[in-house]
Amino acid sequence: MEQRPNVYTDDKLYKRLLADKDITIDDALENEMVINMGPQHPATHGVLRLVLRLDGETVLSVVPELGYLHRGYEKMAEDMSYIEYIPHTDRLDYTATLCNNVAYVLAVEKLLGIEAPKRAQYIRMMAAELSRIAAHMVAIGTYAMDVGAVTMVMWTFREREKIQEIFDKLAGARFTTSYTRIGGVGADADSEVLKMVKDFLDQFHSSLDEMDKLLLGNRIFIERLEGIGVISKEDAVALGLTGPNLRSAGVEYDIRRAKPYLFYNEIDFKIPTYAEGDCLARYFIRGDEVRESVKILYQVLDKMPQGEVMANNPKHVLPHKTEIYSKMEELIHDFMIINYGINPPVGDVYFSAENPKGELGFYIVSNGTGQPWKMKIRSPSFCNLQALSKICKGAMISDVIAIIGSLDPVMGEADK
Amino acid sequence: MQFKELVTEKLKNQFSDSIVEVTDFRDDLSVLIKKEKIVEVAKFLKDDGDLQFAMCKDITAIDWATRKKRFTIVYQIFSLRNNFNLRIKANLDEEPWQIESVTSVWPGANWYERETYDMYGVIFSNHPDLRRMYMPEGFQYHPLRKDFPVLGIPGSLPLPKVIK
Amino acid sequence: MGLEAKLNKDGFVTTTLDAIIAWARKSSVWPMPMGISCCAIEMISAADPKYDLARFGSEVMRFTPRQCDLMIVAGTVTYKMAQVVRRIYDQMPEPKWVIAMGACTSSGGMYRSYNVVQGIDQFLPVDVYTAGCPPRPENLINAVMTIQQKISKTKARDFQDIPLLNLETAKN
Repeated sequence: MEQRPNVYTDDKLYKRLLADKDITIDDALENEMVINMGPQHPATHGVLRLVLRLDGETVLSVVPELGYLHRGYEKMAEDMSYIEYIPHTDRLDYTATLCNNVAYVLAVEKLLGIEAPKRAQYIRMMAAELSRIAAHMVAIGTYAMDVGAVTMVMWTFREREKIQEIFDKLAGARFTTSYTRIGGVGADADSEVLKMVKDFLDQFHSSLDEMDKLLLGNRIFIERLEGIGVISKEDAVALGLTGPNLRSAGVEYDIRRAKPYLFYNEIDFKIPTYAEGDCLARYFIRGDEVRESVKILYQVLDKMPQGEVMANNPKHVLPHKTEIYSKMEELIHDFMIINYGINPPVGDVYFSAENPKGELGFYIVSNGTGQPWKMKIRSPSFCNLQALSKICKGAMISDVIAIIGSLDPVMGEADK
Repeated sequence: MQFKELVTEKLKNQFSDSIVEVTDFRDDLSVLIKKEKIVEVAKFLKDDGDLQFAMCKDITAIDWATRKKRFTIVYQIFSLRNNFNLRIKANLDEEPWQIESVTSVWPGANWYERETYDMYGVIFSNHPDLRRMYMPEGFQYHPLRKDFPVLGIPGSLPLPKVIK
Repeated sequence: MGLEAKLNKDGFVTTTLDAIIAWARKSSVWPMPMGISCCAIEMISAADPKYDLARFGSEVMRFTPRQCDLMIVAGTVTYKMAQVVRRIYDQMPEPKWVIAMGACTSSGGMYRSYNVVQGIDQFLPVDVYTAGCPPRPENLINAVMTIQQKISKTKARDFQDIPLLNLETAKN
């Protein structure tokens, strides 16, 4: 085997190291240290990169750097029709694919001025809530793993796997679902799916309690989170935090209640809030939200009406595949929608929905053609990350891990 | 409906000559103002006791490509107290494309303005830290401008060097 | 129990050195989870109780490149990220393998845009491409098994000329 060069014996390398002027070792104890964290780091939830300035172990300042997953979503949207873009919304917040699907089609429907049938809206609600549970399962699992409880991620993924099985049946794909359509949903939820949801919910409560018992009986977990990363109510609002992170700071703002979309106004649920605004509150709130989602899902299953799942609006809504091949009218409409698009009126709308991470907003500018002139995605993770440098200031370096986990960013939508 | 009229009225009273247009499409109220007044309008909207638009949810730009006033800056702001979304727009009429930053009013606007600068090349004056948000430093173009191709400009972004 | 039941005295096996090294190497492939986007979640799913990548000796996800011999590139690689991926690859000790997980890494996938590298094979030697967006966990497990087959065919002396870690490349 070839002799490897050794830093200590190889003269050339050693001299080069000595000649390196970037390293100063005059007084190692007095110097502040700048360290790099990420973009490849197990605790940064993807490809977030932080540059930290440290004094010993205390964080003096944090500069997040984004863009390692910038895929050009908004540019691509300008080049494709409204229907073509649905699969792209899956990959925004990839832990809660169906929530994104629902938010996007609702934004387009607001622009078009159409509404999906009631059953479709109920199915969307069911899908979004299941997706919320799935997203929070990832959030709680990876959060606990970051602060040292590796077992947790196995338990939460076991539950998540059951939800993905339901998606497999409902949408035909377990992960990137692309299930919703403009004016409805891709396929009806048959009785088998509804039974699967019911069975899942029935056993979910006990496993959720089990998870809580595992974590909250653990002193290390509590002590690493309690009182860490506190953000005040005023700061949270000023920095534009939304979702669980805002509610854990004591602001009762949930779009499902504030501006009810779908049929959330017919559903009875609580909005959990905590006043503390620390990492532990951000853990509790996710658990509570999952419990509320379970309550919502039971009601949705009870109230699910019968009927169509696609709106009857041939100029904007794609006809069913079986009809395209047997009826002339439908064939023409299909051809027009696919080739020329759905041509919404000229104007701009902003629609936002409550996603697991916060407020996902779509700002669409239409110039009357089949493609949007401009599509802006207001992604919650991006805004939540903005608070990071404020929260981390003065914390210990080990707290930074807990704080990132508690803010729960998903880089897919933060970088877009 | 009542709050919508209140906002319009208050704005018109306070800034009678700076409000260019008020539109209401699909129940979204949007106000087009002159770009010089953006910070004043923002301060007023935030501090007024009845309105209290304390949260800036989003800032972006629209590139109209062929129009003389090429860029429109769009602000989505939100009043928690009144549960109301308002959209403020301001047209940029000539080069250099520049507008006053609103970070002094809404600290959360910081990253949105950086993002808009990165994507459109609009300069926000008095911004504390106007760097690119997503694209690497040294990248010369602004991708969301309409004259930038979707597939990018070959050679503008380097691939890593492969050492054998 | 299997073979042990037949043993009355101390047993021995004859085999070639190549076979035993390849067998040991293939049964303990430690992946470097280069989790970038959506595929990362499915990669965790592959290691979760239902799919259980541990059956193939590959559940030891190590986040430091020095301890890994298989890089699973899971997710869209942008130009900015490509520099990082390549640097981490350079820091992995030889011998090493690469799985391109999903459509994005294999070919750019649905992202025909200015900032996405259209296939990581432009700057990385890829051993196995995995289809799907994202691939199901079964598919990832299949990719790991394919790597294992590839490793089982190697001979120990195939790697004798390669330095364990090239300091020149690892530094860059």
